[in-house]
Amino acid sequence: MQLSNRLIKWLISGPPLVFLLIFFVAPSLIMIVTSFRLPGEFGGLVPLNIFAERSGIDSGLTLETYQFFLSDWIYLEIFLKSFVIATLTTIICIAMAYPLALLIANSPRKFRNLMIMLVVLPFASNFLIRVYAWMIILGPESTLSHVINHILGVLDFEPITLLFSPFAVLIGMVYVHLPFMILPLYTNLEKHDPILLDAAQDLGANRWQRFWSVTWPLSLPGIFSGSALVFIPVLGMFAIPDILGGTGDIMIGNLIKDQFLGTRDWPFGSTLSIMLTIAVLGVTVFFTWLARSVMRSP
Amino acid sequence: MRRSSPLLRLIAMLVYAFLYIPLCIVVVFSFNDSKLNAEWVGFTLYWYQTLWNDHEMLLAVRNSLFIACCASLSATILGTMAGLAIHRYRLKVLPILAFTPLAMPEILLGVSLLLFYLQVLNLTLGLISIILAHTTFCIGFVAIIVRARLQGMDESIFEAARDLGATPWQAFYHVTLPLIKPAIIAGALMSFTLSIDDFVITFFTKGIGEPILPIQIYTMIKVAVTPEINAISTLLMLLTLTLITLANRFGSSMLRDPSH
Repeated sequence: MQLSNRLIKWLISGPPLVFLLIFFVAPSLIMIVTSFRLPGEFGGLVPLNIFAERSGIDSGLTLETYQFFLSDWIYLEIFLKSFVIATLTTIICIAMAYPLALLIANSPRKFRNLMIMLVVLPFASNFLIRVYAWMIILGPESTLSHVINHILGVLDFEPITLLFSPFAVLIGMVYVHLPFMILPLYTNLEKHDPILLDAAQDLGANRWQRFWSVTWPLSLPGIFSGSALVFIPVLGMFAIPDILGGTGDIMIGNLIKDQFLGTRDWPFGSTLSIMLTIAVLGVTVFFTWLARSVMRSP
Repeated sequence: MRRSSPLLRLIAMLVYAFLYIPLCIVVVFSFNDSKLNAEWVGFTLYWYQTLWNDHEMLLAVRNSLFIACCASLSATILGTMAGLAIHRYRLKVLPILAFTPLAMPEILLGVSLLLFYLQVLNLTLGLISIILAHTTFCIGFVAIIVRARLQGMDESIFEAARDLGATPWQAFYHVTLPLIKPAIIAGALMSFTLSIDDFVITFFTKGIGEPILPIQIYTMIKVAVTPEINAISTLLMLLTLTLITLANRFGSSMLRDPSH
């Protein structure tokens, strides 16, 4: 009996475990090793020689790529810029998602599922199509561009181009990631007990006071989990700056992509990927800590 | 329930508009008789005809459907096993391995798989490398859906089946499997959608040669924008919409909160 139970456990958990060890763990380890190696002359890598110490040849393992990363200010600057874009995207997402999530949570129960479905639906269309849609809207011949430039002309300003700018990147980021903020916020707001708001009203609090002293503090855990869900994918995004941004609007993701598909410098690409992983871990820890400290405070 | 202020309603309406207007524009311009996506000229089906005669694009659609079928099949089998195992046993490693790929930026999985394929497996990149990559990130989604279904179930019926003399396999086949079937179908449809939509991981694991749908769309966007993209986008939206409706029908009994 005991034996057959253990056998069943391994029969069920074994196959997915082995698959993920091969296709998730092994590739991650390979990437870490690659970051300590040297690029080959025509792409690829300088061969490894583990027994080099004994024979006196170079072992092929080095910290060079990490030193290179830290030596040039431009790479840190791109990391910093990516953090700024991720922060702005998160803030705009909170500002847009909050009213909608609040309205859905306050709606009669029978409408809520439909309203949430309407949030998720556009999200189900192809990612590239959603980004491409903004190419049409922000393009130089679009109605929006004409209207804005007409107004600027009347006010005696230079005409502007909307597409291929940091502004376009930001809009694309918000558009693609907004549902990630709306869903956790709604899940949080829906659980609030209306009795708390009634009590605040009985104590003489007006609409704003009720919001800031009851609803807002209670919704902070929802905001933090939504922020993590928006911030992390934005930090590693390369397609949106690639499609909507100009040449100067590159982010960490574009830098990594170029190392693998452009200059073919695998070790430096791996180093950048590991830096991104560390940044993502840091962000996750930060938001988890924020959520915990809010839960603990009275 | 409390009354919402008119201001809140207005802002919420604007957010809905923000979500839907871009997609509506894509659909409308797919029927527009102009090479520019700028203003409405007249109705035409020309771009759908162009699409129908674009053999490269049709091949890409076929390849992507093939990839999505294979990836969702393998991810559904492995993901269901993972969901069952994570629910039934106190496992430490498997949940981390299954759920971490969902929480990281996609580019990291794409890049590390590229290195792995080229250095270790010595695999020629193509359909197989993409199928394996898609399976890797779909397993976690299926496992989450299956586990959610199991968490809402009464454990005692499985025990009852065993007490009545069923072998573990009989208990699984006649009791557990019928109960988690909606979750398995929902998971399969979700993996299919995720696979056919995935751009980033496909981009890194595709190699050269076979055209793949998202890559084909990306190239068109980057090189020459024509309303043919609008046509393929509209058809893709239709496909995803159908799949979601199906997933919703099978999954609704699972997603619905038993309290209401």
